[in-house]
Amino acid sequence: MKTLLKQSALAAMIGLSTPALASVAYVSNEKDNTLSVIDTETREVIETIDVGQRPRGILLSKDFTKLYICASDDDTVQVLDLATRKIIDTLPSGEDPEQFSLHPNNRHLYIANEDDAIVTVVDVETKDVLAQIDVGIEPEGMAVSPDGKWAVNTSETTSMLHWINTETFEIEKNIVIGQRPRHVEFSKDSKIAWASAEIGGTVHIIDVDNLEQVHEMTFKVPGVNQDRVQPVGIELTSDGNYAFVALGPSNHVAVVDARTYEVLDYLLVGARVWQLDLDKDEKHLYTTNGVSGDVSVIDVEAMKVIKSIKVGRYPWGVVIDPTS
Amino acid sequence: MSLLSRTVAVTLITVAGTAPLQADSLDVRIGYLQWIPDQGPVLSNVIPEPEDAGLRGAELAIGDNSTTGKFLGQSYSLQSEVAESEEAAIAAFDAMRSSGIELFVVNAPSGTLAAITENAGESTLIFNAGAKDDALRTGQCHVNLLHTLPSYSMLTDALGQWLNQRRWNEVFLITGPTEADKGWADAFRRSAKRFGLEIVEDKPWTFDADLRRTASKELPLFTQASDYDAVVVADVRGDFGEYVPFNTWLPRPVVGTQGMSPVTWHRVVESWGAAQLQNRFRDLAGRDMNSEDYAAWAAIRAIGTAVTDLNSDSPADIRNFLFSDKFQLAAFKGRKLTFRNWNGQLRQPIPLIHPRGLVARAPFEGFLHPNTEMDTLGYDRPESECRING
Repeated sequence: MKTLLKQSALAAMIGLSTPALASVAYVSNEKDNTLSVIDTETREVIETIDVGQRPRGILLSKDFTKLYICASDDDTVQVLDLATRKIIDTLPSGEDPEQFSLHPNNRHLYIANEDDAIVTVVDVETKDVLAQIDVGIEPEGMAVSPDGKWAVNTSETTSMLHWINTETFEIEKNIVIGQRPRHVEFSKDSKIAWASAEIGGTVHIIDVDNLEQVHEMTFKVPGVNQDRVQPVGIELTSDGNYAFVALGPSNHVAVVDARTYEVLDYLLVGARVWQLDLDKDEKHLYTTNGVSGDVSVIDVEAMKVIKSIKVGRYPWGVVIDPTS
Repeated sequence: MSLLSRTVAVTLITVAGTAPLQADSLDVRIGYLQWIPDQGPVLSNVIPEPEDAGLRGAELAIGDNSTTGKFLGQSYSLQSEVAESEEAAIAAFDAMRSSGIELFVVNAPSGTLAAITENAGESTLIFNAGAKDDALRTGQCHVNLLHTLPSYSMLTDALGQWLNQRRWNEVFLITGPTEADKGWADAFRRSAKRFGLEIVEDKPWTFDADLRRTASKELPLFTQASDYDAVVVADVRGDFGEYVPFNTWLPRPVVGTQGMSPVTWHRVVESWGAAQLQNRFRDLAGRDMNSEDYAAWAAIRAIGTAVTDLNSDSPADIRNFLFSDKFQLAAFKGRKLTFRNWNGQLRQPIPLIHPRGLVARAPFEGFLHPNTEMDTLGYDRPESECRING
């Protein structure tokens, strides 16, 4: 009886989850003003959604009910309802939002305003602008530490990481790194920050407790001119084993041992690989390839590229909804 | 009087309120000198060239540097002089020198630049943002002179590579009458030899008729030849060249100083974050950014990059840094830019553009070089007599 009950409960649970589609990935197409929705089971585009102009950074709300979209040329952040896949709202964003990051409190959205040298903090519930923080020229990368203490902005032309205290909204430290810093990714325990410098060709490892650089990585892709090795997006596995670094126009993703910072392999993907995201069980990594207009899927265990999926023009960002 | 001192006090407070995060401060002073000789009347004056080309690029870079500097206790100021004659430009240079300025961006013809450099003394660093002459990079180099503007040969090599990889190997060359036209055409003839192009006709432009009315009649006859793949125009000031496209004897594309052109910079360049630079410039200047603006911008950004690292504005320190392995300039051209250590030329990719679009970007894959494929553009080390770093 007990077993039976358990079983039927299980069945009910499965029943509840089945109507939902298989897991989906969202890809922003910068030059098409659309999002491509990819079914991660069949690895095909199942829907294309019209959004604002020049969509770049995209991210999921912490409860996975909404997708936020930087519509850079519309100077706004759009809110997509994931259940209906409709744009339901817009948020004030400051001018030319490019990348952003949501605080673990699911309310404070930190937006890099590329044309204005400002980081705007918006409360996504009240739509109030909580702060505008002066940063360097062309703020680009934006990351909030998983423990919620720090918001880090990279400014491309100033070549700095600006460390913003999330309680006071004040910059507490500026760290000069390589030329044209693009992206910051925190380790799950918030102890280490990884920052890519596109023109410098480097990835900088920052010890968050001391706010100091502890390591600088360089990359050498066999047969590729060093000038074309330009690190952009970074993705870390949650077990702390691997880091994946998108190397832009070298058309490769570097696989890095996240403990020793040693490069283990370079995987050939599409042209000008930009951003990347792991799926829910971290078995597959999706990369956006701007120039070839596709998404590469990497089998993480085999460390092999298994498929490329044609999307819109200049795919920029990719996020995978782990609940879908 | 008391009112005046109160105003001063208020100003001081404002300054204190926006003081940099770090207490120690370094004020980097940069001089910008411009002298553009009158180009003479041109037939094609429909779209005039901006008179502040170069200057506004310098201003933008000062702003960019200052934004970085405010986090490091460094500020930048620009003293600029748009002179009416060579004498005035040299006098302005001397005046700036005596006021203590040691870092300069000069947008002037090569003769003026040479005169300024001769006068400069040892503790100055000068960036050429106005003269494309190859002689400044192959023989008449100066230890304290760097070039952020590409030379004629860098531009024509970009075009030569492109024609070669399109396999449009036979070209019809038309050269205008000015020294600049001859400089451009000489550079192109060298590029043609390097990249296996055949100049099937090499004709000087001698017409003095007003082509706005007669282009369609004169040019087909002028460009008669049995065959060619493209017409190459050397008309630097833009006198007759705009009337060549669509008026050629054979239905062929026009490239060179008009038609599709190799340039330092143009508004159609938008990749690699360039859209942001273009927007910033447009907000500042109310027009599009051009090659001279870019060269002046790159010069001051190079200074800024050095100062950020060194926390010093000594010309000698900056010069050493710019030629060291540590220097790399992120300048929206898709790769890091560095200076050639033999002649001080900034290596850079060259966009090939038509007025409303980007066609391609040199260097092209397949043109090999033992050190960097960027040195397939312009005079390479063995071809230059300059050794400004020994």
